[in-house]
Amino acid sequence: MAMATDVPKDSFRLSMLIYDTRYRSYTIQIVVLVLFAMAVAWLLNNTAQNLAARGKEFDFTFLWQRAGYDIGQQLIPYTNDSNHFRALLVGLLNTLAVAFWGCIFATILGVTIGVLRLSRNWLIGRLMTVYVELFRNIPLLLWILLTYVILSETTPQPRDFRVTDEMAAAGEAPAASMMIFDTVAVTNRGTNIPAPLFERGLGTLDLGFMSLNLTFWAILAVVVGSIWANRRLLAAARAQQEATGDRPVTWWKSILILFAPVIVMLVAMGFHLEIPELRGFNFAGGILVAHSFTALTVALSLYTAAFIAEIVRAGILAISRGQSEAAFALGLRPNRTMNLIILPQALRVIIPPLISQYLNLTKNTSLGIAVSYLDLRGTLGGITLNQTGRELECMLLMMLIYLTISLIISAVMNMYNKSVQLKAR
Amino acid sequence: MKKTVFFGALAATTLVAGLAGAATLDDVKARGELICGSNTGLTGFGAPDASGNWAGFDVDLCRAIAAVVLGDATKVKFVPTTGETRFTALQSGEVDVLVRNSTWTYSRDSELALDFVAVNYYDGQGFMVKKDLGVSSAKELDGATVCIQTGTTTELNLADFFKQNNISYQPVTVADDSEAQRQYLAGACDAYTTDASGLAASRATMPDAENHIILPEIISKEPLGPVVRHGDSQWGDVVRWTFYAMLIAEEKGVTSANVEEVLASTTDEEVKRLLGASGDMGAKMGLDNDAFKRAIAAVGNYGEVFSRNIGEGTTINLARGLNALWTQGGLQYAPPLR
Amino acid sequence: MSETHAQTVSFVRDTMLPPTPPPMGERGAVKWMRENLFSTPLNVALTLLGLLSIYALISAALPWWLNSVWVAESLSECREIVAASAGEGATGACWAMIRERWHQFLFGFYPPAEWWRPILALGLLLAALAPVLFAGQKRNLTVVLGAVAIYLLVTLSLAATPGTAFGLAMVLILGMLGLAQVQPGKLLWFTVLYPALCFWLLWGGSIWSPIVAMAGFGVLYAVFRLASPFIGLAPAAGAGVVAAVLWWLYIDIPVVNALQIAMPFGLQSINSDQFGGFLLAIVIGVTGITFSLPIGILLALGRQSDMLIVKTLSVGFIEFVRGVPLITLLFTASLLLQYFLPPGTNFDIILRVIILVTFFAAAYLAEVIRGGLAALPRGQYEAADALGLDYWRAQRLIILPQALKVSIPAIVSTFIGLFKDTTLVAFVGLMDPLKGVTQIVRADIDWKGIYWEPYIFVGAIFFIICFGMSRYSMYLEQKLKTDHR
Repeated sequence: MAMATDVPKDSFRLSMLIYDTRYRSYTIQIVVLVLFAMAVAWLLNNTAQNLAARGKEFDFTFLWQRAGYDIGQQLIPYTNDSNHFRALLVGLLNTLAVAFWGCIFATILGVTIGVLRLSRNWLIGRLMTVYVELFRNIPLLLWILLTYVILSETTPQPRDFRVTDEMAAAGEAPAASMMIFDTVAVTNRGTNIPAPLFERGLGTLDLGFMSLNLTFWAILAVVVGSIWANRRLLAAARAQQEATGDRPVTWWKSILILFAPVIVMLVAMGFHLEIPELRGFNFAGGILVAHSFTALTVALSLYTAAFIAEIVRAGILAISRGQSEAAFALGLRPNRTMNLIILPQALRVIIPPLISQYLNLTKNTSLGIAVSYLDLRGTLGGITLNQTGRELECMLLMMLIYLTISLIISAVMNMYNKSVQLKAR
Repeated sequence: MKKTVFFGALAATTLVAGLAGAATLDDVKARGELICGSNTGLTGFGAPDASGNWAGFDVDLCRAIAAVVLGDATKVKFVPTTGETRFTALQSGEVDVLVRNSTWTYSRDSELALDFVAVNYYDGQGFMVKKDLGVSSAKELDGATVCIQTGTTTELNLADFFKQNNISYQPVTVADDSEAQRQYLAGACDAYTTDASGLAASRATMPDAENHIILPEIISKEPLGPVVRHGDSQWGDVVRWTFYAMLIAEEKGVTSANVEEVLASTTDEEVKRLLGASGDMGAKMGLDNDAFKRAIAAVGNYGEVFSRNIGEGTTINLARGLNALWTQGGLQYAPPLR
Repeated sequence: MSETHAQTVSFVRDTMLPPTPPPMGERGAVKWMRENLFSTPLNVALTLLGLLSIYALISAALPWWLNSVWVAESLSECREIVAASAGEGATGACWAMIRERWHQFLFGFYPPAEWWRPILALGLLLAALAPVLFAGQKRNLTVVLGAVAIYLLVTLSLAATPGTAFGLAMVLILGMLGLAQVQPGKLLWFTVLYPALCFWLLWGGSIWSPIVAMAGFGVLYAVFRLASPFIGLAPAAGAGVVAAVLWWLYIDIPVVNALQIAMPFGLQSINSDQFGGFLLAIVIGVTGITFSLPIGILLALGRQSDMLIVKTLSVGFIEFVRGVPLITLLFTASLLLQYFLPPGTNFDIILRVIILVTFFAAAYLAEVIRGGLAALPRGQYEAADALGLDYWRAQRLIILPQALKVSIPAIVSTFIGLFKDTTLVAFVGLMDPLKGVTQIVRADIDWKGIYWEPYIFVGAIFFIICFGMSRYSMYLEQKLKTDHR
């Protein structure tokens, strides 16, 4: 639209702000900035007016009021006397729990399927293709709803586990029984798994706004310390190998360093498993993993796995045949070829799209709404919002939290990506 | 090129929807249509049928309001709202009135800047269990799994009830009534808790209704009623008196079938005022004088609406109970129309 | 030769042995199975595992499918029929529900007499897309337009279309078919006009509102042409935009009303709340993608820009929208949007959802297009500079045509994702096919307690649409790959 070549004159004219490329970018930027500032001011002004019209204020003090509702799954202690902020934390941890397990299962499943799809086994290849196409082309919401219905319709009720006196006398087995050495019970209400307990735990440290479970943090500290000590040991061994040519035997030291402190600590604190048992209406003891959690995690993993499988397949196919031929020519065995030649190169292709799949999975945990899973959206953006009527504060806070999670994940994964990328020549 | 339609649509809908100013009554009249916030689908109270016609107990109140204000009970647009979006939809002016079995509570009245104008259904929260569970009182539910809908007052009541009685429970939150019923029937929860009317409706539609019992405890008061925005008392009056007109009609025996006859023959002054034959009751509120008569002719009196949608003989089969007229031992009591 | 041999060598074969068939294990099905199913112990195990899982799936689901009931009034009747035919305790699918309620899954509450309008809009959508996808390729255009013509002929007659509308639609599509033979390039005009036509077809109302709204662009262009000789190009463009906005804000409605009174012609007006099912999903998905394309291009260019402020704002917007789940944006549409607009502004939830979905799609498209821009060799930019083209000309003539072409497969994938995500609008109370309509069907006493059938039905339709599109995008990818490597 603008004429491209205006010979710059010595004297400054107003039109140069538009036509002179030296000034034009400043003009545009200033105009954009002014427009943006005006838009923001307009939005803020509207918001203030609307809030005033509804007699509301913009403040977050409601977060410290009593929540009053119960949450089925809580990773940190919470009762209906806790405040809304605590409920928010419980919800956030529930979100992160689904995202964490979902990413792990999706990766395992996705890589397996991606590799199997390339297998020379005709049947398996076809099956995997069907799987990938089925999951990629049907909305995630349907998979979540379907998994949930399947879980709660096909599993036995707790009462089916009961052995009544007559049945014991007749020597009949109950309609359902527990799995894995009688430690895990899958009912149509959830999965009961054994809970780790400590006879002599370290208790909790109350910091006022939150309390810390000292046992958990102590174990975490010991594990991290062991891993760090083991790395030091290996580094020392490598240094010795480079200096003298002999590598000292380290495997038993590694095992000792990695496991002994944790085991000693667990024994010292009286670690034991509390196995769920049928009491009253339900299984009591142990940990109840609700079906809403299981359904959400399973459906998210299955769905995301289909996408990851495609990424893995594309990554492996992207490595030219010459690479594996060269490796064979060097006399490398097939599995070493995979480990040393193909995978490191394929990873570079795989990781960037994998990051965005992890991000998608994390964001998709918000679909827990379909099975009423009380995640961040269910607590802060659901019940809290509903009971307090503070939609502006709740929604903004919720978006901010999701945004922060996303940014953290992409930052961490990008760091990892940098470390596996080709170093600049 | 494509933005035009967008702006065109935006401008058009902005004008069509009108401004949600203070005078809702004028807006509704100008628009020629009442926008009523309804449930996304609750059997008996408000749900669309196969051809998209809404029907139900709450829906009929909306139709009555439309008949009163616009003279045509069909000029209602129903906006389905979820438990989460309903009050915002009302506050923002997206709907004119919310008739979506919402419980009147102190905080909703005060903090949410809403006005509950009447109680069209007195309800209370109860529990339903399977008979073979061997439970006869809600206090025996220690350790039970309870299905509960989110986004309602019921979850607060439930927490309070179990806490007061010092017993524990495991909540299973579900999104809507049909999902709750599925879970309950599958045995995923021992008890299902919601408003007693909802429980009765669910029970009535179960294939084996005789195997389920509703426990005697009613753990809360749930006065359900139409809601309008705070600060528009004229509109609030219209909604309130539409409802009361239906009550008075039942009290005086005026039905949709006999309304013309009664009008011709009645000597009761209150009925005359109700039907617009004497006084200027409608005009006092900015309505036509025969506004209430139209509503009664179109949807019937309270008793008719009740028995048509949820009363005994329908699939839902609810007794009048607390919702009988005060003259018959219930709580439904209309102030005098004079 | 043979004679000499005959004397010195005792035996020489002078005819070839007939070829023996390969051993059993090396031919036909056996060989194929050995190679493709049982080549290694691992493969044997995998094959057996695969067969087992197929068997488990079929044995669990087959009776249910075989006992399907197609005609019944209610779920309980279905169950009785199944019990009567297959014995007590047998399960069976109740497709009678789909038979009774299929139209809600497809059209929501769109009035049955008006179903021809969405059907026609969908057909014309394909016709409008064709000139973009196959610019100037006569053969492909003919094939697509012909297919659309047949589709319209069949579906419109099934949907009991009024005669006039049927005739006009046929004239339109046949006219396009004819134009494709003569001047395929001109078909793009139909694409340009399509949004207004589609809006009018779906929502109805006076025919003048889309025409007058489109006239706003005419105003823009006229003001631009008239003013540019006097005040320069850029100010003239600004003046044109201002004039067009004024047109839309102040002149549009009165003119429409006046024209409507003078020449009343229009379709029955359909409220947004009557939209539902796949109609709603397609409307949200397609409008979202169409409107987001220009925004996405601007954002992508902004992100590539050297100007710090423009770049920061673009990156901020893209990362924000991509960082939050769609569901929070939908709740924003339903709960917060009114806070941000002037007090009293109010428009219906579908439009609000479309606005937020557009923003959402724009952020994703911006990244897709940025990928396309990055894929172009630097030489293209340098060549454009060398020709002395300014920024917008270079983008319009050199860069964007290539970048967009490379990004088409990814744009299609984005659309598939968006289309699947439209199911989430159920959570703000709209009737999406998966949860919204299903919920309404289940609120009906007759169908209370039906679960698998609606999911399977809706899932199958989603699969057909998405699978078709993804195959098409793969085909495009294959086709486009060659000219850039």
